[in-house]
Amino acid sequence: MFSRVYRTVITVPPLLWVSVFLIVPYLLMFCYGFWSVSPARVIVHSWSLENYHQLLRVDVYWQTLLRSIWIAARVTLFSLFLGYPLAYFLSFRAGARKDLLYQLVIIPLWVSYLVRAYAWMTILGSSGVLNTLLHYAHLTSQPLDFLLYSPFAVVLTLTHIYTPFTFLPIYASLEHIPRNLVEASHDLGASPVQTFWRVILPLSIPGVLAGATFAFVLSLGDFLAPLLLGGPSGIMISNIVVSLFGAAYNWPLGAAISFCMLILVVTLLFFSERLEKRWSFS
Amino acid sequence: MLTKEQSESAASRTLSPATLLDIRKVAKTFGKSVVLRDISLRVAEGEFLTILGESGSGKTTLLRIIAGFESATSGEVWMKGERLDPLPAYKRRVNTVFQHYALFPHLTVEQNVGYGLRVEKQTEAEISARVEQALARVKMTVHAKAKPSKISGGQQQRVALARALVKRPQLLLLDEPLSALDANLRRQMQVELKFLQREVGIAFVFVTHDQEEAMVMSDRIALLRMGEMEQVASPREIYSRPATAYTAQFIGHTNLLRTVVQGGTVRCNSLSWPAPIPDGPALLSLRPENIRVAGSSGSQDAVRLRGQLRHRAFHGSTELLQIECTDGLSFAVRAPARSNWQSELEFEFDPADAVPVRESAERT
Amino acid sequence: MELLMNGAAERGSRWLTLHAALVFAFLYLPIAVLIVYSFNGAGVGGFPPRDLTLDWYRTLFADGAIWESVGNSLLVAACAVAIALGLGIPAALALDRAQFPGKAVFRRLVLLPLILPGIVTGLSLLMLFNEAHIKLSLLTIVLGHGTALISVATTEVFAGLQKLDRAQEEASLDLGANYWQTFLRVTLPNLKLSIIGAALLIFTLSMDEIAVSFFLIGRNNTLPLEIWGRLRRGITPEINAISTIIFVFSLAAITLWYRLRKAEGAPEVAAELIDTAV
Repeated sequence: MFSRVYRTVITVPPLLWVSVFLIVPYLLMFCYGFWSVSPARVIVHSWSLENYHQLLRVDVYWQTLLRSIWIAARVTLFSLFLGYPLAYFLSFRAGARKDLLYQLVIIPLWVSYLVRAYAWMTILGSSGVLNTLLHYAHLTSQPLDFLLYSPFAVVLTLTHIYTPFTFLPIYASLEHIPRNLVEASHDLGASPVQTFWRVILPLSIPGVLAGATFAFVLSLGDFLAPLLLGGPSGIMISNIVVSLFGAAYNWPLGAAISFCMLILVVTLLFFSERLEKRWSFS
Repeated sequence: MLTKEQSESAASRTLSPATLLDIRKVAKTFGKSVVLRDISLRVAEGEFLTILGESGSGKTTLLRIIAGFESATSGEVWMKGERLDPLPAYKRRVNTVFQHYALFPHLTVEQNVGYGLRVEKQTEAEISARVEQALARVKMTVHAKAKPSKISGGQQQRVALARALVKRPQLLLLDEPLSALDANLRRQMQVELKFLQREVGIAFVFVTHDQEEAMVMSDRIALLRMGEMEQVASPREIYSRPATAYTAQFIGHTNLLRTVVQGGTVRCNSLSWPAPIPDGPALLSLRPENIRVAGSSGSQDAVRLRGQLRHRAFHGSTELLQIECTDGLSFAVRAPARSNWQSELEFEFDPADAVPVRESAERT
Repeated sequence: MELLMNGAAERGSRWLTLHAALVFAFLYLPIAVLIVYSFNGAGVGGFPPRDLTLDWYRTLFADGAIWESVGNSLLVAACAVAIALGLGIPAALALDRAQFPGKAVFRRLVLLPLILPGIVTGLSLLMLFNEAHIKLSLLTIVLGHGTALISVATTEVFAGLQKLDRAQEEASLDLGANYWQTFLRVTLPNLKLSIIGAALLIFTLSMDEIAVSFFLIGRNNTLPLEIWGRLRRGITPEINAISTIIFVFSLAAITLWYRLRKAEGAPEVAAELIDTAV
């Protein structure tokens, strides 16, 4: 139906842009991973697997990666724990207020990451709102210092940020469930709890997978929250990359780690999508 | 002419078996709109009762109240001597076949049918035996392992039926289950459902807007109009002795005659005949098939009418003729199909076939 | 669908409501605290808040560097909207209508920045600019935002295209208009709401963007990076003040965006962004 000119115009510019600003940079990142940096802080285009060897050998990289995965896992679990019941409540119990409540959930989603991370900084600090509140209520005599500059703070902040992100796809998949299925389940003798486990939960799995993947991947690669709130014990893998592109000046090594992250994300996406397809029944 | 109360008690008197379901003065309001007003109805054990009505009549709402998906604003529902309405849907021994089947997409046909038994925590052996039996009864054994998305609408409907029946409910509700099927399949399923009901012996409450379907399948029909019961009677009774003008017109075709009765004689424009009807204005229902070609019956009391043939509609074995009399009266006459008719025709009917009906109440 | 429930189910429902309320509290309390303390005389932290004052706002309005960065951010955001829409609309059209080799790969590539951690997008672009000897500046930030946000434009416009009645375009062609005229007179007007919504969203996201900008910044700061710089030096309640203002604007923008999408009849507003990415 569409002329060649039309088709060219709509496909070529985006394709071109994507090639220049996405494909080429990723390829570059791939290449950088094989290069090295001279003591004079010049990037040497010598090809070797040295960077990747370093990643495997040096402890700090492994430990940080594992810590990052553990943090991301906790963020994902907590976000699901908070987001799923909320989505269920809105979809099945909220009635007329559903729309308003939905708006209330997505608003924090788009409010600046920085603003929210900063808010937690002011709350969790040793002279922050929470500590002084506890002191004021005579619940503690000393400020709790694990609250800020710790993995705890990072997990808390990231959970705060990603809960709406897990909520969204779960809510969408719950809304997709025809209500007559719930009625049919009740009609056949299943209580609301049984109906949830046997009908609603299985049908909402694609949404859960989408939300979990999103939360996990983005928390894993996050560097802002650890920088602001993580302290020395809360360093994540992206912070290492940031310093390699900053003070530690080893772009190739940083690129190698970054590229690994890219591969990891793409792999996770691939498997997540496969799983989602298996669990989708429409 | 039967009053509302007379026709209801007549219907209940013909009920010999025990009452299974007793709906007492149930009313339902959604916000500002009144959907059901003061509905009372009894369903007997083992009977096939159809709730018939147009869209908006409240028939689906009534069904949902029985099933437990809605609660009545006032009134009570009793089943076998115990109150049903306080119970949630999952505690009622009532099962439903939904209009769009509502099969669980993530379960196979087998698992769908066994769902209600699993929830009851029956043993696996018991479940597979009963599921097998149920599937055989609806002839879906070969599709046991298929997912609902892979079978046709008619097949899904059978699975929905099996799923409900396998629980051996005391009452089965069917919410327009045949409306999504095409005409031939629909007719076939009507017969099958009727047989099934006889075989299984459970009371069926069937909701439809199709009056032919209702007449074919039911032991009794409950005609609902704008939230109120117009008439509850067997198909034959409701057809030959409709209580109201609405009933007469909704079920089958009819001619509605506005007449005045004086001293035992009915007068309708230029026609008149004796009838045992009280004096005053009377609305009479005369079915087109009860009007015959003049002189064919040899009956002495027949009322004759003569008029011009205005229109014919060919229906295969019969035709529906539109006759206009000189005094302005217009009649629909059903006659055996003929290749030619004269333009001026004479017809006759028996006075007994002109049945008095009530005016239907005007309602907003 | 009302639900008649027995005692246990009723109690479960009450726990559910409580849980939902707590989650809302969790989501909003930090922001509420932030706003309250922007008026707090004693500054950030401490409890309870007292000495209501507008001092911090006064300091904020006198702070030239912040306003310069706001100006930069506005400029960048406007350009990002232009790029993202300018490429995202054709991309959406291409994905919806055209067949070409590599279409599946293209789709994934365009949407990848949505789910890829910002650091990967930012660093890869940094390496590109380094090899091409392009100095870091607001331009590089614009290019970064534009690239990352094409995915948002594509998703929103694609969703709008799905709702478009194809017959309208066919009627236009049938009546003698060519492809361009049809596009301008029929397709675009129908996509109006999607495009405006996308523009609003992209603008807001660009104003808040920090992860990608972090690596592409030159001498001129955008607002988030300006705030970031100050945070590294120490917390001041002035940041509460600017954060509050950011919150109010984001709130307005997102509410408007939501209304637009709803007017278009999009049922799962915002969820499609995640669903398409993952």
